[in-house]
Amino acid sequence: MELRRRTLLSTAVSAAAAASLPRLSRAQSANTIRIGVLNDQSGTYKDNTGPSSVACAQQAIAEFGNKGFNVELIFADHQNKPDVGVNIARQWYDQGVDMILDVPTSSVGLAVNNVAREKNKVCINVGSATSDLTGAQCAPTMIHWAYDTYMLAKSTGGAMVKAGGDSWFFITADYAFGHALERDTGNFVKAAGGRVLGAVRTPFPGTTDFSSFLVQAQAARPKVIGLANAGSDTINCVKQAAEFGITRRGTKIAALLMFITDVHSIGLETGQGLVCTESFYWDLNDRTRAFTRRVLPKMPNLYPNMIHAGCYSATLHYLKAIADMGVAASKASGTEVVNRMKAMPTEDDAFGSGSIRPDGRKLCPAYLFEVKRPDESRGPWDYYKLLQTTPPGEAFRPLNEGGCSLVRS
Amino acid sequence: MDEIFGIPAPLLFGQLLLGLINGAFYAMLSLGLAVIFGLLNIINFAHGAQFMMGAFAAWMLLEWAGLGYWWALLLAPIIVGFTGVVMERLMISRLYKLDHLYGLLLTFGLALIIEGIFRNEFGSSGMPYRIPPELAGAWDLGFMFLPVYRGWVVIAALILCLATWLLIEKTRLGAYLRAATENAALVQAFGVNVPRMVTLTYGAGVALAAIGGVLAAPIYSVNPQMGTNLIIVVFAVVVIGGMGSILGSIVTGFGLGIVEGLTKVFWPEASATVIFVIMAIVLLARPAGLFGRA
Repeated sequence: MELRRRTLLSTAVSAAAAASLPRLSRAQSANTIRIGVLNDQSGTYKDNTGPSSVACAQQAIAEFGNKGFNVELIFADHQNKPDVGVNIARQWYDQGVDMILDVPTSSVGLAVNNVAREKNKVCINVGSATSDLTGAQCAPTMIHWAYDTYMLAKSTGGAMVKAGGDSWFFITADYAFGHALERDTGNFVKAAGGRVLGAVRTPFPGTTDFSSFLVQAQAARPKVIGLANAGSDTINCVKQAAEFGITRRGTKIAALLMFITDVHSIGLETGQGLVCTESFYWDLNDRTRAFTRRVLPKMPNLYPNMIHAGCYSATLHYLKAIADMGVAASKASGTEVVNRMKAMPTEDDAFGSGSIRPDGRKLCPAYLFEVKRPDESRGPWDYYKLLQTTPPGEAFRPLNEGGCSLVRS
Repeated sequence: MDEIFGIPAPLLFGQLLLGLINGAFYAMLSLGLAVIFGLLNIINFAHGAQFMMGAFAAWMLLEWAGLGYWWALLLAPIIVGFTGVVMERLMISRLYKLDHLYGLLLTFGLALIIEGIFRNEFGSSGMPYRIPPELAGAWDLGFMFLPVYRGWVVIAALILCLATWLLIEKTRLGAYLRAATENAALVQAFGVNVPRMVTLTYGAGVALAAIGGVLAAPIYSVNPQMGTNLIIVVFAVVVIGGMGSILGSIVTGFGLGIVEGLTKVFWPEASATVIFVIMAIVLLARPAGLFGRA
């Protein structure tokens, strides 16, 4: 009975996924590259990824122009559920999609990574945080683009310990991503001579009131409360910490994963003084400002964060590799495409020059930002002050420490 | 002894108080549901969406009309309540003769549509809404730091609950309402316009949800999903208290808030589940709920 219900359920899910797929015409498939953006189009992470990621990929395709082959872009909603994500990914690859892009939510990102490896197709992950993608779970068909938990832990965590925050308490979303972020940050705190006083695991999703957890954290008297969560969990934690006067009494809040889209929602009044790490900020230099100006008309009322910019940068680099090796060769093997991408230096307005390591890690600088006071902000989305820059070579986990099978020791 | 069950007493008192605050929201929302179910026999699944609309109404009044928190507390329930009246007239009123299930399906569908529209218009990460300056700041109670605003929420919820209870149990209008619940045809025969009363009751229940939304706006992020997480818990509260029982929903709302608060100390991972465990036990032992009549 149980088995039959399962089959029934998965059939229903695939049917729903199939219905959402645009019909792919077989006739002209030989000279067409298909890119599928698979992310959260309707839930908690919609603003952090969602339609804006699609818009940025579209921008990259438009800028790349016609180099003798056509490019098609499609997208779908994985609802942050691994089973839904895997079903769509399988169907897409089987129906001629050449590359799947974005795939936020670590549990879904890891699952889709396995499908891509099995089918020898390209998956460029921008939205997931877990550093396991380039560690034990690395694949020759995958590149992890804009950030990961190790980078966030090192940049934000390391800076806070250096500034005197040597005792920590974590408020952790109770699933794979939260645990990974807590683990990576805890390691940095301890390595720098600090102490981890404790952690409280909050049910995910479905927790909206964090005041109990914040009061518990404060009772442990840490110098820093680390938020190992994301999206609306982080937003609610920050708002409620301000409400309970936690920051005013000297305890610092470390939002370990916070995007500019979250800061926009928190507001500067409440968010001022928080530090966070991103690998992209629209107001960083002339090139990032130029990119933002170009893409804004396509975006739904949001400025791009590092995931959105990552989708642009990844698509552009992918198309350059295709142009370099030819459409026919690229369709034959996803591994070969990824190898070509690793061999070429990356170059675009959003991230500048960069490179991709053998384990699939795209290298870029990590920027530590502080959220501005309301009176410092001079215009819409003028939110960040740059505190420090970690160079690409130091921002990510050293190549030989991840346990990736692609790395020859 | 300043420790109870290995937990420092100040922390425990703090958690009890926080539980009471969350309980205030549960009580306010389940009260609206109980009122609606009591008279209309409709299980209003759109309640969470209407709670969210209340919060968004407050945000819109501030952003688009420059009207602050206190105006929102007055206007948002009227606006959202009016949309409820329209919904009842156009759609829900057609279902009274059918099984409960149809009302549930209709309101559930409406909730999904409303939330989808708000998500399309305003995105998913939400809007900032500040605590009104009159209620900013905090009291140091010794054992914890209590934001003035949270204290206000508890007081407002208690006043609201008491007023609703008095209205229904002690006034002539309340007597009509209760009578119409028992036998609508007879009440109509005495010259009371029952359909209009039903419509207004639905509007009032929706307005209660909207007030809850306005009260929640400065605490939680004003986002389209804010009602979804809450509504499931609130339904459990209603079931535990007894469907349609006004007093039951108030007492259970506050009580379960406290139980949940304590769970957050002793076993945080289970805090999202504990209310449903209680619901299962209550349903087995007293299927009509703690305060319900079988």
